[in-house]
Amino acid sequence: MNATTDATPNSSALSSPAHHAPRLLSGLYATGVPATLAEHLRHYGPSAPGTRTSPMSVVEAVEAAGLTGRGGAGFPTARKLRAVAERGGRAVVVVNAMESEPASRKDEFLLTVAPHLVLDGAVLAARTVSADTVHLCLPRTRAAQFEQLSAALDERRRARLDPVRLRLHALPHTYVSSESTSLVRWLNGGPARPQGSPPHTHERGVARRPTLVSNTETFAHLALIARYGPDWFQQAGTPDEPGTLLVTVSGAVAAPGVLETAFGTPLDVILDRAGGRTESLQALLLGGFGGTWLSAEHLQVPLARCNLAPLGAAPGAGVLIALPRAACGLSETARMLAYLAANGARQCGPCRFGLPAVAEDFAALAAGRADPALLSRLLRRVGLLPDRGACRHPDGAAQLAASALRAFADDVDRHLAQGACAAAHRPPRIPVPPAVLPETWR
Amino acid sequence: MTTTLALTGSPLWYASRAGGTLALVLLTATVVLGIASGGRVVPRRIGRFEIGLLHRNLSLLTLVFLGMHVVTAVLDPFVRLSWAVSVVPFGASYRPLWLGLGTAALDLLLAVLVTSALRHRLGVRSWKAVHWLAYAAWPLALFHSAGTGTDTRLPLQLWLYAACLATVIAAVWWRLAKAGPGHVAGRLTAAVAATAVPVVLTAFLAAGPLQPGWSQRAALTPVVLIGGGR
Amino acid sequence: MNPANRAKTLRIDRIACTGQGLCGELLPELIDLDEWGYPIVKDRSVPDHLRAHARRAAAACPLLALHLDADRT
Repeated sequence: MNATTDATPNSSALSSPAHHAPRLLSGLYATGVPATLAEHLRHYGPSAPGTRTSPMSVVEAVEAAGLTGRGGAGFPTARKLRAVAERGGRAVVVVNAMESEPASRKDEFLLTVAPHLVLDGAVLAARTVSADTVHLCLPRTRAAQFEQLSAALDERRRARLDPVRLRLHALPHTYVSSESTSLVRWLNGGPARPQGSPPHTHERGVARRPTLVSNTETFAHLALIARYGPDWFQQAGTPDEPGTLLVTVSGAVAAPGVLETAFGTPLDVILDRAGGRTESLQALLLGGFGGTWLSAEHLQVPLARCNLAPLGAAPGAGVLIALPRAACGLSETARMLAYLAANGARQCGPCRFGLPAVAEDFAALAAGRADPALLSRLLRRVGLLPDRGACRHPDGAAQLAASALRAFADDVDRHLAQGACAAAHRPPRIPVPPAVLPETWR
Repeated sequence: MTTTLALTGSPLWYASRAGGTLALVLLTATVVLGIASGGRVVPRRIGRFEIGLLHRNLSLLTLVFLGMHVVTAVLDPFVRLSWAVSVVPFGASYRPLWLGLGTAALDLLLAVLVTSALRHRLGVRSWKAVHWLAYAAWPLALFHSAGTGTDTRLPLQLWLYAACLATVIAAVWWRLAKAGPGHVAGRLTAAVAATAVPVVLTAFLAAGPLQPGWSQRAALTPVVLIGGGR
Repeated sequence: MNPANRAKTLRIDRIACTGQGLCGELLPELIDLDEWGYPIVKDRSVPDHLRAHARRAAAACPLLALHLDADRT
């Protein structure tokens, strides 16, 4: 695993001493070696609120900083904190480290190098929303990480650092088990499948208590904002989207891996930072398997919501896959769709019928077995996936399929007219987990 | 002998018999429609929702005739039943077991009625759980009719029972044939019940109500009945 | 304002829904059905003149998956 850092703040802030303040992967963590609690404390000092943000409350600091969720949806974190805090009563905090996007490694990487930064943030959030328990949810497939984090939790327990209970869990790893309601349902003794709302998680979640579920990385940013303040946080990124985010770059780049970049960084700059392209590129997949294909002409677009929205894309969970010209985008997409279809929870109409049908149509298109009605049928079925399930899984799959039909429009015509292209017969370029049904939801 | 006795009864007795028989027919229709809508039948001339509406309306009509059946039976001076008998099963002085089956069926249907009225409050799970009791109420009603029914020995009445039985059994088998994999225990239970009910009913009719002296035997307590002595 | 008089919106419990399609038969003005019988809500907000129809559709759902929510505003 390779990590690159980029915490370069705006030039206007160069004079500020805060410029030297480390971010998620800088300084200590750039080495890629796990930080012990002692190292972490030496580096950052204790995380007691008020060290730097006094007398501002954590919620106010987070709000002023403009921190948004880093799990993909990008919801303002302060609003989430406030919603849980306002419910009153004992709340629960859940750290979502499920990272179900097959191409994403950022949560795993962050928890490996900076476990205590994440835990600091989670404990701070717990104090902010008056929670007495923090649940840390990991995929069952990451046994080594589970061991490492158990050790980290033991360190904290021995140091009597936290006023709240910290509990580690290993959940079944499927694409939809990272959905926040899946975590809540599993923690309540049920299957790790999305629940749908109402009631919302922030109203009634784990043990029927108000529950805050956030992505691993979000908690790490929160810990830093509490230490260094919102002004420091805003030195990186754009005025609309301040701060940095972790990005997992893979595909046709020389040094694939996790790197930290400021919002607003052009996509090709990020690729350069990941060692640069190894081949001529055809397209970029932004946001992962539930993300958006961008054709190569959009390589200079900044990684920011407002710039990506016109292209139908969003930063998502920071997955960036570079597809070389020698690959067949339709075949790659067909394999991803087959995986997404197999990984649905099969609870709602779109995941029971719509998504499998779309995946099948797309496979026929990629293989050059299209019947004359295929394209119109596929477009209709893709259009009926979004907004009709208990979670956003079908929405993401529809985004992938629709953007592939746009980005690879010429290939679509060719596949329809002349059958599969030569590239479709070559080995696939994007690793996709096998499209098999999950063994267990519990 | 039973028939001649009944023909000399009061108007209330006639009303009770008619109400009971109609309730059985309506309950049969309700059950068949319920099975049909559960099995996602696609009717050609009417909408699917009309099956559901018909199911609901016929079930209410069933309860109306059931009410008439019970009230007239209690008011009838011939058998002298207390009001408690209409809700507490197996406590009657007259044919306790066979009357009790009818009372049990009525109780189950009342539970189904109440939970259906409150289904939006109860949630689909509890509602459906209770609704399944309707499947138990139907054979109870059938055995009650055969065991207590004044008219059981009339050929026309026997044909009616046979028709009710045949439609429900056919509906169950249709539903089982349509069902996909899964719910193995449920499907097995349904198949066994659909086979057992006609067999047991035929055997019972042949050994009990259709034999001479049934009215004396039916009046005995359940314990003696199970012994089956002549 | 009395909750009964407030504007109503349709909500479908997507997990409970099994695509029986009765809502689409009873409320075609607001609900289409896809090729598998699952509802496609064309408009969530229920106009006053369709309120009785919407209530009937909600009552007819065998899975109790169609809900008529009173608007919070």
